[in-house]
Amino acid sequence: MAQSIPEELECIQRILAGERDLFHDLIRPYERTVYLTAVSVLRDPAEAEDAAQEATLKAYRGLASFRGDAKFSTWLVTITLNEARSRLRKSGRVRLESLDTTEAQQDDYTPFLVADWREIPSETLEREELAQKIEQAVESLPPSYREVFLLRDKEEMSIEEIAQQLGVKGNLVKVRLFRARMLLQKRLAPYLQHALPQRRRWFSWLGGRA
Amino acid sequence: MKLDCKHVWPYISDYIDDSVTPEERLAIERHLEHCEICSAILDSVHNILVLTADDRVFRLPLGFSERLHARVSEELVKVAPGVLAEEERYE
Repeated sequence: MAQSIPEELECIQRILAGERDLFHDLIRPYERTVYLTAVSVLRDPAEAEDAAQEATLKAYRGLASFRGDAKFSTWLVTITLNEARSRLRKSGRVRLESLDTTEAQQDDYTPFLVADWREIPSETLEREELAQKIEQAVESLPPSYREVFLLRDKEEMSIEEIAQQLGVKGNLVKVRLFRARMLLQKRLAPYLQHALPQRRRWFSWLGGRA
Repeated sequence: MKLDCKHVWPYISDYIDDSVTPEERLAIERHLEHCEICSAILDSVHNILVLTADDRVFRLPLGFSERLHARVSEELVKVAPGVLAEEERYE
């Protein structure tokens, strides 16, 4: 498992020794990670924000129990996952979600077939509806796929780290990741194919000439 | 090792993560060389992953950081950092 960053360990020591305000600096690089982890479980932005705050406070209150044998970020993600999952359990949404997963297992992971692919450059995301479309597609994934997908493809954790976080085998992480990516391709590729406006203009020009 | 299209698809995800064996890699690349459809599928999956990873997707709610640090500030004044209670750790 990845080691802790020495500067972070020192920072944690200083916080524990009384320089409490340093906690702000310690968590600043991981605000996004904490929020995304919470949203991957809870989906609802307002609830995820609340869970992210609560998890951060728990990390502060429990800072002395952090052992330097793991990365601080991993530890923080674990606390956040626990917080988010416990909220999900309390809200009684778990039953529905696990039904989701069963259905998804019978899903077909054949990709959307495309003959050629024109790359959609990241600048296109300036159009909010495109970003929203991607978010909706991710949100609609079965929970266990969504979790793995966000940890891997948004937070760039390794397969091993994710397996450890979720307490499952690496191969299961890979299977879920494969399914998540294929479902996303299937849902998004048909839409994205038409997302570049200049391409449509090109076609209409061609059509006009013909 | 020779692969058909539908045998290549399950490898796309691992191929992107570079977690296929050298033999699998060779077989996949051989297939991709002459199969436009699988190449286009691979490109589309890769493209979707790049777009999803962009910070403009799943933006933090407006004011998230300010609210988080405000709550942290309140907490810092109230309590000293301690050891997580067992039930909190394994909840």
